[in-house]
Amino acid sequence: MSTTMETNENIESDSKAMVLLMGLRRCGKSSICKVVFHNMQPLDTLYLESTSSPSLEHFSTLIDLAVMELPGQLNYFEPSYDSERLFRSVGALVYVIDSQDEYMNAITNLAMIIDYAYKVNPEINIEVLIHKVDGLSEDFKVDAQRDIMQRTGEELLELGLDGVQVSFYLTSIFDHSIYEAFSRIVQKLIPEISYLENMLDNLIQHSKIEKAFLFDVNSKIYVSTDSNPVDIQTYEVCAEFVDVTLDLFDLYKETLTENEKGRNDNKPVARELKNVSELGNGVILYLRQMIRGLALVALIRPKGSDIESCLTIADYNIDIFKKGLEDIWSHSKIEPDKFNTIQN
Amino acid sequence: MSNLSNSNNRKKLLLMGRSGSGKSSMRSIIFSNYSAFDTRRLGATIDVEHSHLRFLGNMTLNLWDCGGQDVFMENYFTKQKDHIFQMVQVLIHVFDVESQEVMKDIEIFMRSLKQLKKYSPDAKIFVLLHKMDLVQLDKRQELFDIMMNKLTGTAIEYGFPNIVGFATSIWDESLYKAWSQIVCSLIPNMSIHQSNLIKFKNILDAYEIILFEKTTFLVICSSNNENNNNNNSSSKITKIDPKRFEKISNIMKNYKQSCTKLKSGFKTLILNDSIYVSEISSNMVCFIVLNDPKQPQQLILENIKKAKVFFQ
Repeated sequence: MSTTMETNENIESDSKAMVLLMGLRRCGKSSICKVVFHNMQPLDTLYLESTSSPSLEHFSTLIDLAVMELPGQLNYFEPSYDSERLFRSVGALVYVIDSQDEYMNAITNLAMIIDYAYKVNPEINIEVLIHKVDGLSEDFKVDAQRDIMQRTGEELLELGLDGVQVSFYLTSIFDHSIYEAFSRIVQKLIPEISYLENMLDNLIQHSKIEKAFLFDVNSKIYVSTDSNPVDIQTYEVCAEFVDVTLDLFDLYKETLTENEKGRNDNKPVARELKNVSELGNGVILYLRQMIRGLALVALIRPKGSDIESCLTIADYNIDIFKKGLEDIWSHSKIEPDKFNTIQN
Repeated sequence: MSNLSNSNNRKKLLLMGRSGSGKSSMRSIIFSNYSAFDTRRLGATIDVEHSHLRFLGNMTLNLWDCGGQDVFMENYFTKQKDHIFQMVQVLIHVFDVESQEVMKDIEIFMRSLKQLKKYSPDAKIFVLLHKMDLVQLDKRQELFDIMMNKLTGTAIEYGFPNIVGFATSIWDESLYKAWSQIVCSLIPNMSIHQSNLIKFKNILDAYEIILFEKTTFLVICSSNNENNNNNNSSSKITKIDPKRFEKISNIMKNYKQSCTKLKSGFKTLILNDSIYVSEISSNMVCFIVLNDPKQPQQLILENIKKAKVFFQ
């Protein structure tokens, strides 16, 4: 168990936002991890081996994120396993329930874990993924969700934990629902989220943007969006637009960067990725690379005014937005250090 | 006589192959905007399914998707033979590489060739070795060579010396490559497009221009074709992906599909001020990669507008 002790120590010293992925065996934890963070094709996850030891992975988006996956067969309450320390360092506990399987055991297990985690760390966000819903019919999905929510509530009540907030998500790796769920989970861990949302609200009000997402380019989860409700279709289109942009850019990466260099007398200028696409009904999809692997994707509706001026305004406003983002980031970077020095 | 003038613009394509080899799947992907995943809901084709597709405005592709179950097959070769095999421009024969009964597949192929020789001896033959994704990566080429050897031999026997073969799969871009070439073989004024495209490339100072058909996103032609390739293959062309045409087809087709979620089609796309994708005629889309991203956007768009006249 010495290895896990070590990782625990790392986690605490790094002060990263940590997501703990748990669930019974074969409920789909590794698949989620691979699909969301490693761009694996959903169908390929069939061949994944079962995970035997806790695995930790780091991702840096706007915040540094660590995702730790615990194998389902592990007994967390063994005295040799330092779960107290583990739960204390965790920002979000994500529990995966296989909706196509008998889920009573999972719910009991979940209640036990919540009981323990909540005592150790009352700040923890508890998120439940009702997973593999692609195999269920529309009616059955809702039924399953209601059933699981109710039973979990009852279990928690029995343990005297009726005040605990638990969020539920219906997910599947075969559509965008898993990204959507992870987006919301990660957003709760970003301390600056309210500023970001305000900035995006400001941006869309002044540039005829209908909806704007701040995407993490690698995982395609959105770190933030404006306060308008998220329509899953719009999200899908924007996520796919990120894909299109990256795919096309990759095809001609060599030539484009080469040309760029030639014109600038070999000064290596890192050019930000930008993609603007106009659709038949006048809608414009707009993508701009931001800082730290983020990209802003916006859906612009010119509503009669001319496209040219619309884009110019959007360009200008997004420039300002990017500066704002850089400012926020440079400040948030200092804070953890300060925090450390105070602690020391 | 009206038949004669018609036959210039109407092309009859026969899609043949044993049951379950994937004929309808590929047809749906290329011509009906299905994603590879969607094809699992397709059922077996009963008898012949005709689809009429307008391609490049004045050309109509009559695609005869012939259901491959043995009962139907028997019918094609006996009762319906003059109906099926008359005036065929292209035969596309699909082989399932995982098939258990290769000999039977080849026998069907032979019988089609025999009828074809009789009713439309000028037809072009394409064979697609389909479902290649199921074969191990390192064995694909070997398998392809063996099969093609066998099939070419058979075809020569029946008087079709120039058959063309492709290894395809609906899960990657190989399908687009095969179909692009099949369709290109039917376009009469290709050389005009080609020379126009090269002129256009020089005017724009572009690195490369590729012309796509609008609905299917099949490649029609590109400015850096074979002859160009030989000249400067060492310096420039080698650096970019040789499979890029098919990949672009694939990417853009996916993008078009995601646009339908916003209830619209796509019009233009400008990436990093150096890749332009835009309609260039009512049925073609051009994909332009510029040498110099600093050229003003308006100029490029205006040039594309002006060039439209030449690509009607």
